[in-house]
Amino acid sequence: MTQPGIRVTHWTQASSRSVGFVVALLVALIFVPLVAGANTVDRLTTLYLYVILAAMWNALAGYGGLVSVGQQAFVGLGAYAAIKLAAYMSAYPALIIGGLLAGAVSLPISSIVLRLRGGEFAVGMWVVAAIAHLLVILDPTINGETGTSLLALSAFAAETRRAVNYWLSQGAMVVFLGLLFVLLRSRIGAAVQAIRDDEDAAASVGVRVLAIKRLIFVLAAFGCAIAGALWLATAITFQPRTYFGLQWTAYMIFMVIVGGLGRFEGPILGATLFFLVEEIFGAAGVWYLIVLGTTAILFALFAPRGIWGVIEDRYGLRLLPLGYVVSAIDIEGASPPSRTPVRETEGETISSAIKASAQTQLAGSEK
Amino acid sequence: MTWINQVVQGVLLGGYYAVLACGLSLMFGVMRIINLAHGDLVVLAAFIIWLIVEQSGASPFVATLITLPVMALIGWALQRGLLERSLRTGMLVPVLTTFGLAIVLQNAMLQAFGADMRALAPQIGDLAFAGWAIVGEIHVGQLSILIFVAAVLLLGGLHIFLRRTAFGRQIRATAEDADVAELVGVNARATFAAAAALATATTALAGALMAMRAAYDPYSGPVQLIFAFEAVVIGGIGSIWGTLVGGIVLGVAQSLGAQFHAQGFLLAGHAVFLAVLAGRLLVDRIRSGEGLQRTLGLDS
Repeated sequence: MTQPGIRVTHWTQASSRSVGFVVALLVALIFVPLVAGANTVDRLTTLYLYVILAAMWNALAGYGGLVSVGQQAFVGLGAYAAIKLAAYMSAYPALIIGGLLAGAVSLPISSIVLRLRGGEFAVGMWVVAAIAHLLVILDPTINGETGTSLLALSAFAAETRRAVNYWLSQGAMVVFLGLLFVLLRSRIGAAVQAIRDDEDAAASVGVRVLAIKRLIFVLAAFGCAIAGALWLATAITFQPRTYFGLQWTAYMIFMVIVGGLGRFEGPILGATLFFLVEEIFGAAGVWYLIVLGTTAILFALFAPRGIWGVIEDRYGLRLLPLGYVVSAIDIEGASPPSRTPVRETEGETISSAIKASAQTQLAGSEK
Repeated sequence: MTWINQVVQGVLLGGYYAVLACGLSLMFGVMRIINLAHGDLVVLAAFIIWLIVEQSGASPFVATLITLPVMALIGWALQRGLLERSLRTGMLVPVLTTFGLAIVLQNAMLQAFGADMRALAPQIGDLAFAGWAIVGEIHVGQLSILIFVAAVLLLGGLHIFLRRTAFGRQIRATAEDADVAELVGVNARATFAAAAALATATTALAGALMAMRAAYDPYSGPVQLIFAFEAVVIGGIGSIWGTLVGGIVLGVAQSLGAQFHAQGFLLAGHAVFLAVLAGRLLVDRIRSGEGLQRTLGLDS
């Protein structure tokens, strides 16, 4: 990667510091159930699940170029599988295994839907969600739209349940964000972004488009299914209409579009904002959804990179960097290498950044 | 005999799906947009018609005629205000904005009209239930026949308009390549807006037929979109008569599925859609020379 006089790194000082801060924050958050009240714990649990959902939708749309309006299929299946498994095992293992099983359903589904492009994929996923919903209603133990409850959870005291739900949700959030972070920073990450920018061009330079899209699709399905199962852990009741509802997609789109599509930090910011909006205005039904929908449209049209995109453009801030920093180092090498950040860049524009850097360096040596 | 009856009913139902689908297909054919709010526009049209009937006591047919230009205007405004800008920023944004629009429309309609189920059946009198007995158990409703005839007339009209008129040629040329069309003097922007108006005007007819044959509420849109999309995909994307073929296949599958189980109506429709999709992808791949293993994605 390195050329003489140029250093290519993942990290900036600011981002090393911010990652350190994030780790410290996550460690501190582990102790919340021990000190905070019931309501705070419940609300934070919800926030973690929102972060998972938003990050998964961002992985699909922001990185894989796959706009799905059917992720509620996996949310619902995750909860459904947990209910079915709870008949054979204790509730918490059932939630985890149920989530994983429902996520695995995405493998056969991907064979068909990933062949669709753009809007076709979007509606295709919608059909998948409709089918999943119908099949679940066919199960007589679910009692149609009336639904059922995960009664096995009542074996645990309310206090214990609350804390375990909290830790599981936080754990799931850390696992999925971590997986995504590692994945996007690997070679695959560069390929994923290349596909997002131009599928045909990516294929022409040897990116295995379908395999990589499948990886993203399956990861997102696992995330949504686990989030669905954990949602069931907090809600206890399972009503098919709610779990397979379109509102999940509306929430995910809102969080990602407002936070920042295709930025790692975007969905985290978006989920936090969405969470705050819900806290302040209450999820007040009809008008609430109208405002969410309108905001999403306005952001998609006028600020498609979201709030984080704007922050990033203006301040060059990158807290959890996925791309590379190209910096020129002094060629004489007498003084300790003065690192002049030339330009921070995502993978695809790296060559132009190297050129820019080389020019800076030439200008420097002529002096 | 029951089975033949189900097939006949399915074919007639296909007429409704064709009306529902042709606007979606046209929009996709010309602008490459799948309008995720299509179903909700159909429901909106149904509410406008219902409102006119309720307020003025006019016949639903007159109300439909009034609603046609209203929906056309909405389609025009939609293209100018929303889709035009979305299209400039790539393939993702139109999906997002039309989905946002769908959510806004559904909830705005809920706010305006309430959650009650509505229907136009009471306003069309005998037509809602009268029918003819053909032979034995086969009985066709007058409304079903009317819907099927309306579908054929609409598709025929669209076909002639797009194939035989200067303006139709202009639309097709712009759909093919907007830049080249501009070179030969076509105003692509105006043409796109006109095509959007035309496509959205068809939702007035679809909305009228939906309200006459069944009850609907503000959240009926997504199901209509899914039916329309399935009909379009089964029949072949972008083809006018394909929507009728697709609609009939979908209608027959649903009608037969309903014989088996209460949920079979919807499930059979989805199953046929998936089967057609999978079959087509398989054929494409094998034709393009990839092995069966790659086709099934077993290698990745």
